[in-house]
Amino acid sequence: MTALTLFLPDDAAAASVGADRVAAALDAAAKTRSLHLTLVRTGSRGLLWLEPLLEVERAGARVGFGPLEADDAASVLDAVLGDGAHAKAVGAVEEIPYFAKQTRSLFARCGVIDPLDLGGFRAAGGLAGWDAARAMAPADIVAAVTASGLRGRGGAGFPAGIKWNTVLAAAGEQKYVCCNADEGDSGTFADRMLMEGDPFTLLAGMAIAGRASGAREGYVYIRSEYPRAIAKMRAAVAVWERDNVSGEDDRGSLFSFHIRVGAGSYVCGEETSMLESLEGQRGEVRAKPPIPALKGLFGKPTVVNNVLTLASVPAILERGADWYASLGAGRSTGTQAFQLAGNVKRGGLVELPFGVALRELIDGYGGGTLSGRPVRAVQLGGPLGAYVSADQLDVAMGYESLAEIGAMLGHGGIVVFDDSVDMARQARFAMDFCAIESCGKCTPCRLGAVRGRETIDKILAGDDVDANLALIEDLCEVMTDGSLCAMGGLTPMPVLSAIKGWPEDFRKARKAAE
Amino acid sequence: MAVAPASDAAEAARAACAAHANAPDALIEILHDVQAALGCVPKDAVPVIAEAINRSRAEVHGVVSFYHDFRSEPAGRVVVKLCRAEACQAVGCEALAQEAEKRLGVAFGETSMDGRVTLEAVYCLGDCALGPAALIGDELHGRLTAEKLEQLVKEAGA
Repeated sequence: MTALTLFLPDDAAAASVGADRVAAALDAAAKTRSLHLTLVRTGSRGLLWLEPLLEVERAGARVGFGPLEADDAASVLDAVLGDGAHAKAVGAVEEIPYFAKQTRSLFARCGVIDPLDLGGFRAAGGLAGWDAARAMAPADIVAAVTASGLRGRGGAGFPAGIKWNTVLAAAGEQKYVCCNADEGDSGTFADRMLMEGDPFTLLAGMAIAGRASGAREGYVYIRSEYPRAIAKMRAAVAVWERDNVSGEDDRGSLFSFHIRVGAGSYVCGEETSMLESLEGQRGEVRAKPPIPALKGLFGKPTVVNNVLTLASVPAILERGADWYASLGAGRSTGTQAFQLAGNVKRGGLVELPFGVALRELIDGYGGGTLSGRPVRAVQLGGPLGAYVSADQLDVAMGYESLAEIGAMLGHGGIVVFDDSVDMARQARFAMDFCAIESCGKCTPCRLGAVRGRETIDKILAGDDVDANLALIEDLCEVMTDGSLCAMGGLTPMPVLSAIKGWPEDFRKARKAAE
Repeated sequence: MAVAPASDAAEAARAACAAHANAPDALIEILHDVQAALGCVPKDAVPVIAEAINRSRAEVHGVVSFYHDFRSEPAGRVVVKLCRAEACQAVGCEALAQEAEKRLGVAFGETSMDGRVTLEAVYCLGDCALGPAALIGDELHGRLTAEKLEQLVKEAGA
């Protein structure tokens, strides 16, 4: 019997376009060929337009076939066993320009390894960061993370080292690390990909954060919309704890994990709301101060970081803060996982140092729109981020450079719209979304969003457009200045950017009436 | 599926609380377990949970009603959660949403009269490069068209 090892993602996005059906068809086709097939289910490489992307090792490189359908299974097996020629062959995956031009560090293992093979992970050096941290004093770990310039990848961009230092310096025996995996922004999927494709790196990052700050327990708060990520993380924790990777002392395990599942609330991605939810409460935002670093989960000092922030840490300890700080531009150090989404031909994950031009991402990597029509608007940073127009695409993607044009990076999501988009409807949706997802604690957000939606409806109906636009601007000012958190505070960003960038869309009804 | 009798609800609620050591902070996990067992979080389960985890009924009700996931009535045999967030809007999910209501014979937020299918809007499933996307049961589907959606719902047993 011939033996053959193939690699196929079981990432949710790959599965959404048939990866599991392809896997079943490959198994069936292998049987009829008396072939002993080992199908390793990896994460995704992030070349999502090629999913399901099957890979096989040839002369030290992985060559790929995609996007596959179940009907391709038999012919692809024959090609793999033969000379490799196939209509869907894409050659060496790492030589595809989309991949080759990236700087994969955070996502270096995603799509390559078996996500739950701890032995392989260890052999590939995946635990080097955690091993280094265990030999370091907490303050030295904090100093390294601070020197790296690593900033929070959840959206706010707060320096991770400064946050960790606050928790380290806080008094008290009981402290926590909470990983925010409530990735609710439309246009983002990097947290999900990492949890599904390389979960041990996240666990290692959390353990390091614990060691640095004096916490011995960690919570991962994953949104319920991600069933595969939840299952993968639970399985990874079981393997990690079975092999006692954390190690122990006389007080027990040096670091233990809890996986908690959200329940369909966008606002629970806000850190204080997430903490409430972790305590079994309504996900209502807390007023700050006190900051979570001092009074967080159960009132104890708590490190709250996004998945990608924590997962970036092991490599920093392994390769050094200087290496990390040498990537990127200005105060935006390291790499960023940009996520190309919406109406784009080659959607996926593009990890690059900060500073790349938005146009290069959309045209160079993404290949323009899926529909083939011109780009009209791009929403950056999720539902609370600004829309930028086709003539702003030369902006460099970094925290400061985006702030200069009134936009934000957020969690790195890039949602492309073609010229069929109606920006007044997008502005209405922003208010609508805020009305649906507001936690209700503060008035500007709870009522402002509802009034905002009503007022945009009047504008859409051509009712006293100038006065109602002025009213929206006033309302947005109140929401921006008066909301407790980013939900109400940033909803004006997409609304006002749409009004400013595409005023004609807000006057169509009046024109039609004239 | 009809709403479970009060005794079943109480039993499921007690079992879920016990599985989480009656910990008040595990309330959301407990509610997920109750809903997995009964298809919803029935009103009769609330006082039982409240007593087990030593919180007021009002508090437990407040949590149940805050989160979109928890329902007070069981859903249809197949639950379709269609993404209506921006990335899917950019590839036509609003037209698909209208067509889905027509083909499945059910409005958003509702269950069809025959109990076959529940249609819900969600805001992001993390399949933003391959939209329009929907969760049908626990399975994620991308690049959906109205025809594909209708077919998948049928295959899922509706």
